[in-house]
Amino acid sequence: MPAAPGPCPMDPGQMDAALRRLAGDLMTRVGPDEEVVLLGIRSRGLPLAERLASLLRASTGAAIPVGSLDITLYRDDLTEMVGSPIVRPTEIPFTLKERTVVLVDDVLYTGRTVRAALDALLDHGRPRRVMLLVMADRSGRELPIQADLACLRVEVPPGHRVAVRLKEIDGVDGVAVEAC
Amino acid sequence: MTAERYVFPHKHLLGIEPLSPRDITALLDQAQAFEEVCERPSIKIVPALRKKLVVNLFFENSTRTRNSFEIAEKRLSAEIINFDADTSSLNKGETLVDTAMNLEAMHPDLIVMRHSAPGAHALLARHMKASIVNAGDGAHEHPTQALLDAYTLRKHCGKLEGLRVAIVGDIRNSRVVRSNLWLLTRMGAKVTLVGPPTLVPQEMKATWPSIEICHDFDAVIPDQDAIMMLRAQFERGTGAYIPGQGEYSRFFQLNPARMKRAKKDVVVLHPGPINRGLEITSDVADGPNNLILDQVTNGVPVRMAVLFLLSHPHGEQVP
Repeated sequence: MPAAPGPCPMDPGQMDAALRRLAGDLMTRVGPDEEVVLLGIRSRGLPLAERLASLLRASTGAAIPVGSLDITLYRDDLTEMVGSPIVRPTEIPFTLKERTVVLVDDVLYTGRTVRAALDALLDHGRPRRVMLLVMADRSGRELPIQADLACLRVEVPPGHRVAVRLKEIDGVDGVAVEAC
Repeated sequence: MTAERYVFPHKHLLGIEPLSPRDITALLDQAQAFEEVCERPSIKIVPALRKKLVVNLFFENSTRTRNSFEIAEKRLSAEIINFDADTSSLNKGETLVDTAMNLEAMHPDLIVMRHSAPGAHALLARHMKASIVNAGDGAHEHPTQALLDAYTLRKHCGKLEGLRVAIVGDIRNSRVVRSNLWLLTRMGAKVTLVGPPTLVPQEMKATWPSIEICHDFDAVIPDQDAIMMLRAQFERGTGAYIPGQGEYSRFFQLNPARMKRAKKDVVVLHPGPINRGLEITSDVADGPNNLILDQVTNGVPVRMAVLFLLSHPHGEQVP
């Protein structure tokens, strides 16, 4: 079920509205008997997951647990990386067993990060199901992976990247398409 | 806000001496990420060293270091070969370099080696493409022990800078001390070496000018944040330097009477194996201030961090 394509680039107001819509969409996609947890993929997936959790708490009163996932050790290009990969802690202070895990990331591009994230999270337990929620779903998939929920879907010409910026990390909110 | 891309610039870990404070911090920070892997309730294995071949080459006895390395390697999904010096061609007269060349022909990615000759690792590093990890060379260095000591101290005390650490006992024969001195002084800790004059070479102050040397354990105790007891290494000839074990214990044993003089929250470390009743009494070694088993636990994530950072592109190989 593709989300309505949002404006790109996005300004802070549009981004906030898009996140609220996404939080609402998420609730329509899970059943009343499902226990939902959010797992943010480091680095920008984590503040996104935290924002979604606080939006959901405000609208539904539900306290949804948030964890973080660092996928560095599971990357398929680990041996080809330039420079030293820096692994940050994965923090999942709750069980994943029988939960509905919502993986949260900023941009879905090749799908390789999500593949690594699936491997990483399955090492922590066996969830009932896993959903993928992203801020921006862009063209260029290299693996058969798709987002369940996205704020915007964009066709991006080669040589360009979708940059999602967040106050928590970048000091400002916004989405931009840039030449790389 | 992305931090400047840090590159661990070393191909080998021959000792702590070549490491900068930034390198040490990078290793300790990585170890923290691997501690999470080791503490998982579920699967404690990550695929970070998949398809890498690690050779454990131990020419000297070791139980805990070797096991710790092997667990670290397994948790990183490495392929492991244990090269047993007892059954090797060394007994048939092969030189170390010949052994190394034969190993090299099998294309290992990492070699973890313990050898009684100081500098054996540097020799090997010149002949091999693999990364060499020093797991102890004579009385020279034992870098992963110093890293796990530092990790344990940093985790418990919050930081290393300004920390007062007494290292007590058989300083002369200890490679653990040399690695710890490089590390602790480089990270800004204040180190005092304590032991009988025969076991604390005065010339160490020439190499590490910031350290203090004291032969009166009782006088040193009250100021310390951490006390690192060393094993009296009778198998390395410690006995020749002291009048007797009783006298040694009387002046340099960490026991309940001496613990009463220490800060309430002082931490006690020991690299093991412990000579219970000689350099430390059982009630102290098992007491509330001891971090001795924490050191053993922390050895695994610290060694994972070392293997991980060495097995990925470093300074000179990065285009």
